[in-house]
Amino acid sequence: MSSAFATRLARWMPRLAVAPGFALSFAFIYGLIAWNGVLSFSASRLLPNYEFVGLAQYVALFESERWHVALVNLGIFSFLFIGVGLALGLFLAILLDQKIRAEGALRTIYLYPMALSFIVTGTAWKWILNPGLGLEHLVRGWGFESFSFDWLVNPDRAIYTVVIAGVWQSAGFVMALFLAGLRGIDDAILKAAQIDGATLPRIYWRIVIPSLRPVFFSTLLVLAHISIKSFDLVMALTAGGPGFATDMPATFMYAMSFSRGQIGLGAASATIMLCTVAAIVVPYLYSELRGARR
Amino acid sequence: MNSRHFHRLAIWSVLLLFAVFFLVPLYVMVSTSLKDMAQVRDGSLLDLPHGLDFGAWRKAWSEACTGTDCGGLKPFFVNSLLMVIPAVLISTALGAINGYVFAKWRFKGSELMFGLMLFGAFMPLQVVLLPMSQVLGWFNLADSIWGLVIVHVLVGLATTTLFFRNYYVGLPDELIRAAMLDGAGFWRIFWRIVLPLSTPILVVTLIWQFTAIWNDFLFGVVFSAGDAKPVTVGLNNMANTSSSVKEYNVDMAAAMIAALPTLLIYVLAGKYFVRGLTAGAVKG
Repeated sequence: MSSAFATRLARWMPRLAVAPGFALSFAFIYGLIAWNGVLSFSASRLLPNYEFVGLAQYVALFESERWHVALVNLGIFSFLFIGVGLALGLFLAILLDQKIRAEGALRTIYLYPMALSFIVTGTAWKWILNPGLGLEHLVRGWGFESFSFDWLVNPDRAIYTVVIAGVWQSAGFVMALFLAGLRGIDDAILKAAQIDGATLPRIYWRIVIPSLRPVFFSTLLVLAHISIKSFDLVMALTAGGPGFATDMPATFMYAMSFSRGQIGLGAASATIMLCTVAAIVVPYLYSELRGARR
Repeated sequence: MNSRHFHRLAIWSVLLLFAVFFLVPLYVMVSTSLKDMAQVRDGSLLDLPHGLDFGAWRKAWSEACTGTDCGGLKPFFVNSLLMVIPAVLISTALGAINGYVFAKWRFKGSELMFGLMLFGAFMPLQVVLLPMSQVLGWFNLADSIWGLVIVHVLVGLATTTLFFRNYYVGLPDELIRAAMLDGAGFWRIFWRIVLPLSTPILVVTLIWQFTAIWNDFLFGVVFSAGDAKPVTVGLNNMANTSSSVKEYNVDMAAAMIAALPTLLIYVLAGKYFVRGLTAGAVKG
């Protein structure tokens, strides 16, 4: 009897071992997502309440000018952050791949910003981009008296300063991913192409870059994901300002939920963010897990 | 000079130029932190400091004000330490067990469980902020370091599970089967065979989790108040405190203090840090 129990216990051990972690994660992820969903259909303001108001919060959200600014900013930021990040990262990786002396040191330099908190880099860039004492002051000191660089405090330009700091922070990471991809390419193919008389730029354009497609895909995914979630950098650099000129969905959600007493609206904006990320990530996860099973 | 040399030189110059671009902010942070305010005001961004004046560092560490509270960054730094150590250890341990099961003890539905958990590594965390702050309130953990630890463990679990699972998939199944024939059970195989082979992935996971949790700002700012704020929140509040005189040298020293632990890890174990980054990006 007891040995039968022991056998049964042994058979169930793997399930018992993952059960606590899985139960906690499941409740945390899906329970709280559902709860947030309920809040987004409620009339909650300063405190959560569960008076059902249908889609009213979503209607209010999409009628809010500030949310529109946040969406446009997300568009501008993502497009430039992903585009410039990919281009710069790939460019650096290709150059580094040319059997460069001191490659290790250069890689370390390009990548260190990724180890820092966005709050740290935001604080540093805020000082560099400060119109009074930073870059503007420096260039004027070089004799260009009329030089002006006030993007940080210019509502129409401030979002681009977030792009600069964001690209600075993550370009090295993109470089590392592409470099790993480049190192995975069989040298024999390149040699053969060279013997056929193809020039180096042509080899990269026609053979190497196309074969990096999977790296492009996962890098794109990660960068898109970073930009949709970006919160820290904006908070440290501009705090969403001037006014709400650099608001993004994540800072909008924070402002509504925790300082403006609009919990229902905050929950609705979080749900929209979730849907956006899910639209990108779920097909990816599905194909990855499919692939892993084969 | 022939064209080959010219090419080499051109590549080198471009790479060096970018190295400067990546290094300038670090240089500006360090050099500004060593200046006094007179030099910050009168000099320019790239000037070398006149001497090694650690006054701004001292002030950032123990005297600078965030809001009305003037104890410097030290209490926040200690909070971050108290938070990061248990959170990293617990999330790594649970991740190792989960990864072991999902890789070597698959059962009906285990792939689906893994997939469902994995979504936690991708979802925008904004979606859990409001309900989670209520849950923490119920358990009296709002605004406490333990509340932050729990949230970081829950969020980190998806990542650590993924890391260990992907690593354990690569261990030969024969190893497990041979041990089973010898009569070893689930836990004995884990402790005696799998764990001793796990050093590389343990290091990667520990570094990854340490960096992620140390650098977190979102949870710190939402789930902590008063005495439990982590260093990122302390730094942000310090740098955004609106006082009549803005002390940029103190801000930069504070930023350096907040950055030092992860920078140190990066310099000492950069290889593992990069491995973690790529493991996080190229799943499977």
